[in-house]
Amino acid sequence: MAKFDGVVTPVPDGRWDAAPYPVVVADTAGVIRSVNDPARRLFPGADAGRSVAAGVGGWLDAAHRRAVSAGSTSGVSGVVGERTFEAHPVRGDGTVAWWLVDDTDVRRAREALHVERHRAALLGRISSALLTSLNPRRCMSTTAELAAAHLADAAVTIAPGTARGGIPITTCVRDGRAEHTVLEVDPAEVVGLAEALQGFPPVPSRWIDPASAPSWLVPPGMGEVGSIVVTPLPGHGVPAGALVLLRRTGQDAFDEDEEAFARLFAARAGAAMSAARMYTQQAQITELLLRDLLPPVLRRIDGVEFAGRYQPARDTERVGGDFYDVHPPRDGSAESLVVFGDVCGKGLEAAVLTGKVRTTLQALLPLADDHLRVLRMLNDALLRSHHTRFVTLVLASVARVEDGVRLRLTSAGHMPPLIVGLDGEVREADTAGTLVGVLPEINATTAELTLAPGETCLLYTDGITEAHGGPLGREMFGEERLQRALEDCAGMPAEAIAEHVHMLASRWVGSGEHDDIALLAISAPRRFDVTDDRTAG
Amino acid sequence: MTPRADASAEPGHDRPVRDAVAALWDRVSTGDEHAAVQVVRSAVAAGVDREVVLLDVVGAVQARVGAEWAANRLTVAQEHAATAINDRIVTVLTSEGDRPRGGTRIAVACVDGEWHALPARLLAEVLKLRGFAVDYLGAQVPTPHLVAHLHRTGPDLVALSASLATRLPGAHAAITACQAAGVPVLAGGAAFGADGRYARLLGADLWAPDARTAADLLADRPPRHPRPAGQPVDDLPHLEDQEYTLVVRSTPRLVEAVYGRLEQRFPAMRHYTDSQRGHTADDLTHIVEFLATTLYTDDDALFGGFVVWTAGILAARGVPAVFLPPALDFLVAELHDFPRATRILEHARARLTGAPPDHREGRPTAP
Repeated sequence: MAKFDGVVTPVPDGRWDAAPYPVVVADTAGVIRSVNDPARRLFPGADAGRSVAAGVGGWLDAAHRRAVSAGSTSGVSGVVGERTFEAHPVRGDGTVAWWLVDDTDVRRAREALHVERHRAALLGRISSALLTSLNPRRCMSTTAELAAAHLADAAVTIAPGTARGGIPITTCVRDGRAEHTVLEVDPAEVVGLAEALQGFPPVPSRWIDPASAPSWLVPPGMGEVGSIVVTPLPGHGVPAGALVLLRRTGQDAFDEDEEAFARLFAARAGAAMSAARMYTQQAQITELLLRDLLPPVLRRIDGVEFAGRYQPARDTERVGGDFYDVHPPRDGSAESLVVFGDVCGKGLEAAVLTGKVRTTLQALLPLADDHLRVLRMLNDALLRSHHTRFVTLVLASVARVEDGVRLRLTSAGHMPPLIVGLDGEVREADTAGTLVGVLPEINATTAELTLAPGETCLLYTDGITEAHGGPLGREMFGEERLQRALEDCAGMPAEAIAEHVHMLASRWVGSGEHDDIALLAISAPRRFDVTDDRTAG
Repeated sequence: MTPRADASAEPGHDRPVRDAVAALWDRVSTGDEHAAVQVVRSAVAAGVDREVVLLDVVGAVQARVGAEWAANRLTVAQEHAATAINDRIVTVLTSEGDRPRGGTRIAVACVDGEWHALPARLLAEVLKLRGFAVDYLGAQVPTPHLVAHLHRTGPDLVALSASLATRLPGAHAAITACQAAGVPVLAGGAAFGADGRYARLLGADLWAPDARTAADLLADRPPRHPRPAGQPVDDLPHLEDQEYTLVVRSTPRLVEAVYGRLEQRFPAMRHYTDSQRGHTADDLTHIVEFLATTLYTDDDALFGGFVVWTAGILAARGVPAVFLPPALDFLVAELHDFPRATRILEHARARLTGAPPDHREGRPTAP
């Protein structure tokens, strides 16, 4: 690259004056040879004959030396007063002419764009993080952690009070972990907080005097608080709570931009927290209503093993049209009563009727000695109700006796109970009857039998026998296949038989559709424990 | 099969633990629940740590149940009976003595379709003993139920168990669903591979080879956040060729076609009893299911290992595995438009004919 030869050629004044940009011409020695009018206005001291360093500034001087010695043609940025300029060198004969372009606005726009991009990306990440969970407590933690990471030295999320009293509070100090507590405190101690927790329309953030803030508002490990701002979280018609941001003394207070960003953050956090709150309220109601519809957990009674399996037709549901109950012996009776059946239909609608049937049967427990009478009364009750569905069921009275388990089995239009003998012989219990809820008059016969130790009585719904699938995908599981499978189950405990049959049927349908599935095994254990589950713990 | 935990790692417990394992196996394999419960009760009374009883006694016996089934010394029904007794023992063992529940809350569940609940149950009980707050959700938890549970209870982590490799696609769905709900996932169980390769493949946040390691990992440094959410196909770009989906969808048709061709090749099959037909069709279904799973993971060794293992299982049952190589050939013929399936089948074919069957080698699943 050619170097300057050091020959100084004088540049006549006025030659650059017509240029729209400031121009400074300097020779190889770093002496200003010429400036135009715009440059003169910008650098009042830049007279010809002065050095670039003195007349313009060190930043241009350094660039000028590079341009002279190394022939560098790259531009350079410099600050002039409150503005910034980009200087571009143009080499002439023994001189370098520096064209200066004011890039203040472009640079500011670029910086603003960068900040906005960063915030947009951050808000995107924040939204994803906030939207993942519908668990209120987790939402509070996420909000506090994100706010402490991006908005303040510490953050506190405060949720509306719980039914059990107390106010859930989650605190997080920057780089720390969210801590959750429920405190018995009065939100009225903080201006605007009580309203925020009641779901009043959100008011703008409020500065509060750190000295007046109650101690519970300041997370431990925070140090001396310089500024506190309380922001109500906007909820969707339900109270979402409030966000408190804290900064230490010595830190700048929140500026306008930061407050604007905090509002955007609060909008997202509020939406997430109110969604979580609404979901939780709904889930709690569902849970409560479902509680009586779910199949009970079975246990041993008087040493007799009971094992149940239940699988609703649809994955998304927890209840269906199949049902069972085991009622322990009432005072003065030796018999437990097993109620096992299938309401026509599936899903929540069928489940609601199973609840009704189960409740009715529970009320009829005192009459359990007479199965037919119980069935007739249930039939009357169903005929009188507005439900048009019918029910098939089996009643089983179960009593522990000296040499095993005494059973009285009555089927009302249901599949016959299967008895698994110790020798592997499987036989149907000899009971049959009319289904319930259709005809004004019903009838049924009762089978009486005794399970020897190691023998099992299996009750099942058509979800097992009518399961479609198999290797070729279109065969029915069928009663015969069920009976063959049970032949291998001689002597097995109730739990193992229920599990085994459930697995076989479930594998049979594979990923295909199936009806509700219910199974209940009653076993006379091979060796009776002296205690049952109530005392064995 | 090796026991899940190495008893020798607990010095001083060697003898009582070995004795208890032998005694418990004796009672469990003869279906004597009452006596089985007595064995563990006396082990605890003799001062053996409950965690050791759970993992090195009950866990070891359960592992042996699987091995005995593989060797055809137990039927599936007997396996269920033994498992039910072990499960009952765990209940008895863990209901005696209450432990404080700590701050970290963990949900333990088997993936949808997974029947082997005991490994997950043992993990849940060990975590309880270590002071974690544990929700045990049991076997075959449908993913919608699992996610609803996460929203309802907000645990710090989900421990997902899968024993059968064919549960891996379902496990992937469960892992991504939990992570999308903001909860990190620890994967465990034989399905994820002896070295946890499938746990990594499917994007689990943690993997542990056994319950003890899992408890150590979680006590040490539980992950706070799941890995960033992505599309499942980001983990498994090969799924784009749709071979997995198409094979899953046509499983019954493939089984029927291969069965028909086998019947032509082996005329004796025409005189099979219903039960023999059922078993053969079941075997073919398993083969196609494993092929589909291997298409999902794109790891040839998974299918190869399964086929070799199947040959061993059949040999243990006195069924000559002559039908296996032609069955693979017929599948290649049926799936000639599927390059990955063809590659996987040919790899397995080579392993099958190259290596003598050994039912302990390369076993990809729990019983």
